[in-house]
Amino acid sequence: MKKIYVREDWCLGCHLCEYYCANANLGGGDMWKNLKGKAIRPRIRVEGDNNVSFAVQCRHCDEPHCLKGCIAGAISIIEGVVSIDQNKCVGCCTCVLTCPYGCIVPTETGVMSKCELCVNNAGQAKKDKEGGIVGFIPACVQNCPNNAIVVEETEVTA
Amino acid sequence: MSKYVIIGNSSAAIGCIEGIRKTDTEGSITLIASEPHHCYGRPLISYYLEGKTDAEHMKYRPDSFYADNGVETMLGENVTGIDPITKTVTLQNGNSLRYDKLLVATGSSPRVFPAPGMDSVEHKTSFMTLNDMKYLEKHADQRSRILIVGAGLIGLKCAEGLKNRVLSVTVVEFMKQILPSALTPKAAARVQAQMEANGIHFYINNAVGEYKKAPPASADSVTLRDGSEVSALLANAESKYPDNTYTAVLKDGTEIPFDILVLATGVTPNTALVKDAGGTVNRGIVVDADSRTSLPDIYAAGDCTESVDVTTGETKIMALLPNAYHQGEAAGRHMAGAAAPFEEALPLNAVGFFGMHILSAGSYTQDILLEEDTNEYYRVFYGEGDKLTGFILIDKYARAGIYTDILRHGTPITEALLKEPGLLPFSRECRDEILTQKGGKN
Repeated sequence: MKKIYVREDWCLGCHLCEYYCANANLGGGDMWKNLKGKAIRPRIRVEGDNNVSFAVQCRHCDEPHCLKGCIAGAISIIEGVVSIDQNKCVGCCTCVLTCPYGCIVPTETGVMSKCELCVNNAGQAKKDKEGGIVGFIPACVQNCPNNAIVVEETEVTA
Repeated sequence: MSKYVIIGNSSAAIGCIEGIRKTDTEGSITLIASEPHHCYGRPLISYYLEGKTDAEHMKYRPDSFYADNGVETMLGENVTGIDPITKTVTLQNGNSLRYDKLLVATGSSPRVFPAPGMDSVEHKTSFMTLNDMKYLEKHADQRSRILIVGAGLIGLKCAEGLKNRVLSVTVVEFMKQILPSALTPKAAARVQAQMEANGIHFYINNAVGEYKKAPPASADSVTLRDGSEVSALLANAESKYPDNTYTAVLKDGTEIPFDILVLATGVTPNTALVKDAGGTVNRGIVVDADSRTSLPDIYAAGDCTESVDVTTGETKIMALLPNAYHQGEAAGRHMAGAAAPFEEALPLNAVGFFGMHILSAGSYTQDILLEEDTNEYYRVFYGEGDKLTGFILIDKYARAGIYTDILRHGTPITEALLKEPGLLPFSRECRDEILTQKGGKN
């Protein structure tokens, strides 16, 4: 199971992860076209100031409050990734009210979104020298200029 | 091999199944429910009427859920009794079933306050089930005038769901405010204004004294805030049932013509099975944090129970979906021998009306720690010193769950946190626990 971790001491507070996240979840491609002049809706959020800064995104809890409280049964764990079925979500915000880390954000249409480790963003493929796809790396991890966000495979707890 | 029996098929029952299967993948599970449907998200019935979901997407778990979890279902069956000595449940059809562990997740039933003439109203329903929803879908159309008695969550979500399907929606509430059990008067007034702006009519601090099968005595007796609606309301010829018009006569003499009556005056926990079996019942079934009743190997969860509100220490009925799931899951885990008690119950509501979002949790009896009242949003926090006991957030609710977590664990609140929810005000150790490999919390 993949999990994203944050290295607070390495975070510059540049907010680039937010832009790459928003862009990846709009299908990737030209960031300028996708984001210029728009209010971005990243699923990662940088907190802090010049002294202390760090990024926060879904912790993919083993016992997710959001899943257990969802009135629509729209949240499930798919291969370790806490995921929202946006076709089932009715936008009631119960998950926003129950997530202890503040990691669920409404989309433009009012249904909810959250970090799903970019597993549904084909644009985040990690390629080898020959161009073959060897895995997927979340956009925030790939594009953090100081490696302050890292992804690790952890053992799946049953 | 254990034999688990579950009565009910809503969130507490599903939580129980998922709780059992975390540990015990072998034991047999039989689920008995009076409703003949696949499990569905009960609060979604209003969203269905509003057109925001459909029968397929309302399913609370996928079609394969019961098969995937090895659950045998008996849907459309009623349980009539529990014998805790022989450990059997009896069904209405005469059959009986043995159990090793039993969950009672029977929910609640509409509580109706009768008024003279109510029985004569042809089209009336509660608004709690898929069948209630289908009833309204069938009978309510562009010519229907809806009268909803009760301005709690159920009544108001029904009002919103029906608004664009019908001619008019009028809500009568006995208390001095709408949403009396969920909001403060001030927050409720804001929600009421939002609903009125969207065409819902309210009569607050009022009640129906009598129902008559006749048009109102005179047009003058109907006074609505929105004058343009008066003629529409009185145009009986436009009504779907021109010869079958009813009038509700309110305590203050106001007469409201209507075609379909929705009764949403609260609920009563379904406690009879446990009570008759000799279990302890107050207002709801008494359970501990593992959802055990006073009877051996009998558990109860969800709207039929009462539990302890962590924000006040009071025992109360908190008939809310997240609590139901957690209680059901705690029951399932304890049944399967891997207890994980649920000790964080608290009142918790996220609800929207015509685009306005209201997120609230806890209780509102302590001092106001912070109140922000602007045209765009409203936020209020209650507590004592650095202890947060409750909050209401209207239209500014990002990361609200951070506050809920503070309520769950009694974490001290700071001014910075009240102003802006985030992880920055927490200690570095606390953040490391959450965000880095060092923490194993998640």
